[in-house]
Amino acid sequence: MSASAHDFELLLREALSPVEPPADLVERLETTLVSLTELAQEELDSWELSAMRDPRNWVRPAAAALVGVSAGSALVALRVRTRHRARRQQSGNLLDLAGRTIRDVADEARRILPDR
Amino acid sequence: MDKAELDARFADLYRAHLRDVYSYSYYRVGNHHDAEDLTEQTFLQAYRHFERALRESHGRPLRPWLIRIAHNLAANFYRDRSRRPESAIEDAGMVSAPHTTESLVEGREELKAILAGVQELPDDRREALIMRFALGMDNREIARALGRSDGATKVLLHRAIRQLEGIVSENGKGGASR
Repeated sequence: MSASAHDFELLLREALSPVEPPADLVERLETTLVSLTELAQEELDSWELSAMRDPRNWVRPAAAALVGVSAGSALVALRVRTRHRARRQQSGNLLDLAGRTIRDVADEARRILPDR
Repeated sequence: MDKAELDARFADLYRAHLRDVYSYSYYRVGNHHDAEDLTEQTFLQAYRHFERALRESHGRPLRPWLIRIAHNLAANFYRDRSRRPESAIEDAGMVSAPHTTESLVEGREELKAILAGVQELPDDRREALIMRFALGMDNREIARALGRSDGATKVLLHRAIRQLEGIVSENGKGGASR
């Protein structure tokens, strides 16, 4: 390779430097992926909204959504903790917290997977 | 492989290659807004097909597969909207939050000229250069991402660089004579 070709490739490498993704994209994408991993669990897959009108049915799906993600996935665990904290700040009591969690996952499901 | 392990592996893939997918998308579409959409769609589609990709990869790196998803989505993006990449990458960036590339090329006319020249290349040559120089992919990875042989990819890269040199040189002459 000639010196000028080498120089040109160095400039090209500099011009095409990697671009850091914006923070809001990272936040949005991680939230979406967490919702998907939660949703894909069997318990949530088979869960029907209509059954959730009775608050007595909220406990198991809510628990699954909060702690049922992969313990090995740092990404998922991190994001679930973040969302859990946010929900706790908004929720006055445990029953309300469970309801908010369920609605959150269901909203994401409708938004992301309309064909399922 | 159970779901917990699958999710963990996907999280690793996401963390390792988010910047790659975003960089590819950004240089491919020329603005941050569409690059964000393309990146998001790429990872959603990757998640849906991840188990199969893992099974069929036989232990090979999954970055070419991920970039190929972005490549196909970008092609659909242009087909649907009947448009080409925006010509001035650095201008598109100014409306968004500051990013590495804009600040890097600012005041560097030679780098701006190269970025503008990249946008004038045919799609396959432009993509090969983005993969090589923005993502640091080797010939084999680029070949897998583009669905070509290693030899054809080497020729593609060589021709892309030579053509870009010619474009930059021509544009430079035009600018100097104005």
